[in-house]
Formats: sequence, structure tokens, C-alpha cells
Amino acid sequence: MSIALLAGPAASEGTESRAAHAARLGPIPPESPDLISVIERSNLRGKGGAGFPVAVKWRTVASQQSGPPVVLANGGEGEPLSRKDRVLMERRPHLVIDGALLAAGAVGARDVVLYVGAEHTDAIRAMHRAVSERSAHERERLRLISAPVRYVSGEETAAVHFVNAGVALPTSLPPRPFERGIDGRPTLVQNVETLAHVALIARFGDVWFRSLGTGGASGTTLVTVGGAVPATVLIEIPQGAPIVEAVNAAGGVTASSSAVLLGGYFGGWVESSNAWGLRMDSEQLRAQGYSLGCGVIAVLPSTRCGVVETTRILAYLAHESARQCGPCTFGLRAIAAAAGRVAGLIPTDGDLEHIQRWAGLLPGRGACRHPDGAAGLLASALRVFAEEFSSHGRDRRCSVATAQAIAS
Amino acid sequence: MTDRLEFGIDRIKCDGHGVCADLVPEMIELDDWGYPIINRGAVPPAVLQHARRAVSGCPTLALRLQVLAARR
Repeated sequence: MSIALLAGPAASEGTESRAAHAARLGPIPPESPDLISVIERSNLRGKGGAGFPVAVKWRTVASQQSGPPVVLANGGEGEPLSRKDRVLMERRPHLVIDGALLAAGAVGARDVVLYVGAEHTDAIRAMHRAVSERSAHERERLRLISAPVRYVSGEETAAVHFVNAGVALPTSLPPRPFERGIDGRPTLVQNVETLAHVALIARFGDVWFRSLGTGGASGTTLVTVGGAVPATVLIEIPQGAPIVEAVNAAGGVTASSSAVLLGGYFGGWVESSNAWGLRMDSEQLRAQGYSLGCGVIAVLPSTRCGVVETTRILAYLAHESARQCGPCTFGLRAIAAAAGRVAGLIPTDGDLEHIQRWAGLLPGRGACRHPDGAAGLLASALRVFAEEFSSHGRDRRCSVATAQAIAS
Repeated sequence: MTDRLEFGIDRIKCDGHGVCADLVPEMIELDDWGYPIINRGAVPPAVLQHARRAVSGCPTLALRLQVLAARR
């Protein structure tokens, strides 16, 4: 690929300077509301996890009557299995800034907030330097804010809340950020990878972007591949390519694998045999009940127990609950505790039945989608690891641990 | 025809007092931790009076009645 998000200088060369960026891709195109139609034809979808059509979001923000809008470039990236946003900001900060300014111009905004997770120190350094390299006129419009280290701090209402009040916790809906966000103004919250794509689409057009995809999908996408591969890596791959291509690009599997976690902690487990052929296209995946979320593919080796891994994630998500809504605070805590007993082969009567029922009780019952994400992950685990859950919960036996004990 | 109403709830405000489930058991039950599970859909006219009482009686003012949103 001659033009793509990560084309150009290799990772070892670090952050691309403004001069190198401009020499490679040319100057930032003029800002214009016409970009919305180009983005619409490109079929670009949000890369933060929900996969919402970008042009629809922009039109909604642009049509608000409650004052000039603001753009928030979301580089919070709290997902532990994902690296794409921090690496993108670190290597190509000017693509992100170009995209944020172009988005602002398209929806009629002047001000841009660059929201970066505080633990992503290399990304913050790169973004800071990149802002300092922009023109005085651009610098006046840009504000770099580092977000607290927390899973929910990248959630869009939490990001807006932090910018407004220094509290990175979700708020109740409505109003939604696009209605009333930063300083009460309509706010476009857009993931940094999405904005980097915008920077390229504005230069090379929607036809070019669509031609990058395969099998009816459009563009490229950043994917973090981890687990049973030689090393966790970030790759850029055509949308619509099968999962196996991403895994092979990461060096291939290093062990036999029973299941793959697609989409990260808010995603779901898929049996490996089903996973390899799935096409990385948000619409196709959704139709099959899957999601690539924020672009995470984690391969579970058969030497690891899916029940134990799921329980570890549930414990993390329970801990990361903002503890503002009862069902999430108490429901996730109870699920994590019961799953912990099952995973640890010390189940009490009813643990399995409770987990099953609670998974169905959580969706739609929080101010944000945290409980929905955890419940979705759990539901997928109960399907994919059904036998293993039953073996743990009824027979107090972990088949993975047993197999390893026999082998050693 | 007048707009049909449904329950809405501010999950952050809700502290699980359970007044709503007492007053409108036809539409609201409580989960294992005492937080409401609300039947989605229009509040039947027969229970509308109790529904309004539940809204005004909610100790944290978390419950509301809103025009039934069109859903996909």
C-alpha cells in the first residue's frame, strides 16, 4: 500500500514530523462542509468500537442549533488489549490533527480538543510536539488534554464530562454530546483513527478509500493482534479481509487455539474454527452477531482455559465500573465473584445458574454501555465455553489444567 | 390520539429504593440488588395513574414518563 495510515516511515523511525508529513502527503486540504458528502460516499465508519457511520454523525452535529460545535478527538483508548490509537498518535500525530481540523471545518466547529489517555506517555509527547509544529492559527484552535487512566474514561460522555468538569465518568443521557457537550455546545466525539482516515480521504477521495477494501468493504482498518502469536502487533489491513489474514500478518498462530476474542473486553469469543474465515467488515460481522469493536483480535491458545480468562476480564470490568449505576456496580461485582468461584473450582450451589441469569439482566441498564459490554462478553463465553463452564461448575474439573497435568 | 407514554430512568440517580416497583408491579420489578427492571413499551392506560404516582414518589427523582420513542 503506497498510501495508508501506517505507510511511510517505519515504526523504528518514531514520530513523523510535520515537514515529513507534508512532504509525503501534501498540505492539509481546505476545510469545507462538502467533505461530509465525500465521507458519506467513502462509507467510513467510526473506529472507536460502535462502527457508526461517520457522515451521519457529522450531519447530526452540523444541524444542531445550540451554538458552534466542538470536536473532541478521542485518544482515550482504555481497552487493555488495544494499541492502535496510542501507536497511531505516536507515529502519525499530524494525520490525527489534520483529520480533527478537517472534521471541525466540515461541521462548522472552530475548536478541537485532543483527548489522550494519560498512560499513553509516548503518544502524549508526540501529539504535544505535533501541536507545537502547527501554524499559530491552528495552534489557537487546538487543546491537548490528557485523560485519567481508567477503562471508562474513553466513553464519550465521560470524555466530555472530564473536559467540562474534570470528572472522567459517564453522565446520564439525554442530552447526548452531539446535542450538548463541551461547554454546552454540540460536540463531535470521534476516535483518533477515524480522524486519521478522514485526513487521507480528504486528500485522495472516496473512490480511492473504497478501493482499499475487499469483498464490498471500504478502506483499511487498524487491528491489534495478540495472544497466541509471536508478539502483540498492530497491523493495518484492508477491511473485508478474513481474520486469518490479520493473524498471519502478525506472524501466524504459535499454538493450537480453541477460541478467539474479537473486539476486546467489550467484544465476544468465537470458536477458532469459525473465526478464521470471518471477514473484518463491521456490517457483515454485525449481521453474524460479532463485532471487531476497536479492532482487537486475541487468540486463545488451547493451553489456556476460556473460563479462567473470561473470569479475569470480568473481574477487571467489575473493578473498572464507574460505580454510578446500581445494576453495573452490584451486578458486575456479583457476576465476577460467582465466575471466580466457578473458575477456581470452588463453585457454590446456583453459581452457574446465577451467572446465566445475570448476564441477561444487565444490558441496557446503565447510563453507559459498560454493563452491556461485560454482559455481551459473558454471554459469548457461556456459548463458546459451555462445556468448560459445566465441567468447572458441576464436576469441579478444569479440562485444560487436567490435560496439562497429564502431559507434564 | 394522544401520545403513548413509557417509563424513562436516570440510572445514575436511581438508588434502588423500590417505590416504583411497589406502585406499578405491572410494569416494574426489582433485580437481585433492588434496582428496577422496567418493562419497555407503553404504559397501559389502566395503570397510568399509579405510574404518575411512582414518578412523583421516586425519592431520587430518577423515574420519569416520556413520550414513547419510535424504535427500530
